[in-house]
Amino acid sequence: MAKELIRLVGCTMEFDGETILNSIDLSINDKEFLTLLGPSGCGKTTTLRIIGGFLKPTSGDVFFDGKRINDIPPYERQVNTVFQRYALFPHLDVYENIAFGLRTQKLPEREIDERVTEMLEVVSLKGFEDRKVTALSGGQQQRVAIARALVNRPKVLLLDEPLGALDMRLRKDMQQELKRIQQQMEITFIYVTHDQEEALAMSDTVVVMNEGIIQQIGTPEDIYNEPRNAFVADFIGESNILDGIMREDYVVETFGRRFTCLDKGFGKDEAVDVVVRPEDIDIVPVSEGMLTGTVTSITFKGMQYDVIVDFKGFKWLIQTTDSPSVGERIGIKIDPDGFHIMPKSKYSGLYGDYSSFSEEYEELSDADFVPGEEDGEEEWHED
Amino acid sequence: MKTKGLAAPYLVWMAIFTLVPLGIVLFYALTDSVSGSFTLANLARIGSYMPIFLKSVWLAILSSAICLVIGYPVAYYIASCSPMKQRFLYMLLMLPMCMSFLLRTLAWVALLEDTGIINSVITSMGLRPLPLIRNGGAVVLGMVYNYLPYMIMPLYTVLMKLDNRLVEAAEDLGCTPGQTFLRVTLPLSTPGIISGITMVFVPAVSTFYISQKMGSSGTTLIGDVIESQFKAAYNPNLGAALSLALMVLVFACTAVMNRFGDGEEVVVL
Repeated sequence: MAKELIRLVGCTMEFDGETILNSIDLSINDKEFLTLLGPSGCGKTTTLRIIGGFLKPTSGDVFFDGKRINDIPPYERQVNTVFQRYALFPHLDVYENIAFGLRTQKLPEREIDERVTEMLEVVSLKGFEDRKVTALSGGQQQRVAIARALVNRPKVLLLDEPLGALDMRLRKDMQQELKRIQQQMEITFIYVTHDQEEALAMSDTVVVMNEGIIQQIGTPEDIYNEPRNAFVADFIGESNILDGIMREDYVVETFGRRFTCLDKGFGKDEAVDVVVRPEDIDIVPVSEGMLTGTVTSITFKGMQYDVIVDFKGFKWLIQTTDSPSVGERIGIKIDPDGFHIMPKSKYSGLYGDYSSFSEEYEELSDADFVPGEEDGEEEWHED
Repeated sequence: MKTKGLAAPYLVWMAIFTLVPLGIVLFYALTDSVSGSFTLANLARIGSYMPIFLKSVWLAILSSAICLVIGYPVAYYIASCSPMKQRFLYMLLMLPMCMSFLLRTLAWVALLEDTGIINSVITSMGLRPLPLIRNGGAVVLGMVYNYLPYMIMPLYTVLMKLDNRLVEAAEDLGCTPGQTFLRVTLPLSTPGIISGITMVFVPAVSTFYISQKMGSSGTTLIGDVIESQFKAAYNPNLGAALSLALMVLVFACTAVMNRFGDGEEVVVL
């Protein structure tokens, strides 16, 4: 059983009468890779800044190793931060940036040199000691920022959208690199991102947040396979979310048809949200279909086609390696494990319809993410 | 290029009103006042004014240092205020500068004189008047008062632009607020410090009005000497030579200061 390292109890953050965090409870284990995931303004950066000591919660408590640390300033906490856009010291070279924390501790010069050299190797920046940090590429600055934090051997490393400013390829490489470093150095990572793919690929635990509230905590598999509400289902991966009625255990009715599913424990005839992932839908001839619909658009995505199919006015996304043609009538088949049933929530009906597919898809792909435009939450720490 | 065309009027202006006068100063400095022939005699006489030069430099350095010590916390405070408050405080800072420089200096005289406002209050309480004016201290006070805004402005500009995340990063890496200031804020505000010192030092070292009104015969500065050469004594050749020496001195001081900046950009100059 892993040991608990950090605990937030009822943490609420208000700013100018606006509630940014609404009574968050969160427990973080030692050596865990935990990701705070959510859209802009969901409170994830605020949560991180509370743990780092840069913000004091309006109410609620923060515990570190069992001790309440609400009033402990950042410089006395055993955590280090990799800041969004790095915040490297422009007046120092690479070596001195990394040595900064060690010099604060007044360690002997020899030890500083050993540890900085070791860190330069870990982040593969050997030979860059004397460079000005302003002369480095984004990826290199990023690695200096990681080295500068890790060289202090913190118990916890906080990472605020550390890969946000990097291009896709570099981002993928750095994801693996970070995961490797985390396992090698056996440090707790608390990682903030809005990128669900990144969260799923790296984390032991994912905390999905929205509107200052934790929506779901779980392993990446849990979050993906068993989303708790329509928001989580939509934010993590692609989902078709349908209105349904639970007729009895293992039987759900939607689109006027009863389907066998693996879910139970709902009330008889309880209204529910039904999630069907696009990759769990098979295209079959009309005669064999559980439902039939008309193909309205097809997009080639490399590994698969994204097919939009109109079922009685509700548009579904299906991901398939077949390529039906636009206007074709097709049937679909879904296995019982392809259905996931969720109770109704305030997010019901807001997500999961692909009628406005193209717009929504662009929003989700987030290719042109600019960190500066992200998170109004960043702005209001100074008061 | 387009910008070159737009800069042309000023370039012409500079040529006529900076380079040409400089040539004239050089010409006067190197010629005899009576015969108009070439001579180094004017430059040779500079040596006898060395004590006054040193005094001017000393008082200017003292004023710059005091301005820095007073101005830095003020600039730091203004930069840390909300934008609304920043604008207001900045305006307050600029306000005295909208008043005539002469008027402000004369106001100080009225305050500090032996029969001035402060001393009237003191004598009315039955105490003896204080020697508040006609000494080096009063001259420094006048310089500090008049040139303080020039120190605060570049410091404020630098500190306002300072990325707060760097301060957070330093704290994150274990620095107390004091250490953060010494290791991050102060080094990153060096360009502002250099600009501020330069902008106070240069006018202070060449001032004449403040020393005339608030100083005594013992605090005659090089600016006063130059002024008197052109007006009372009417020896423009010696005045030009002294001006030239002062210019070289200012250049030398600026060059030394910029070396401290380590090639970093200087905000104003």
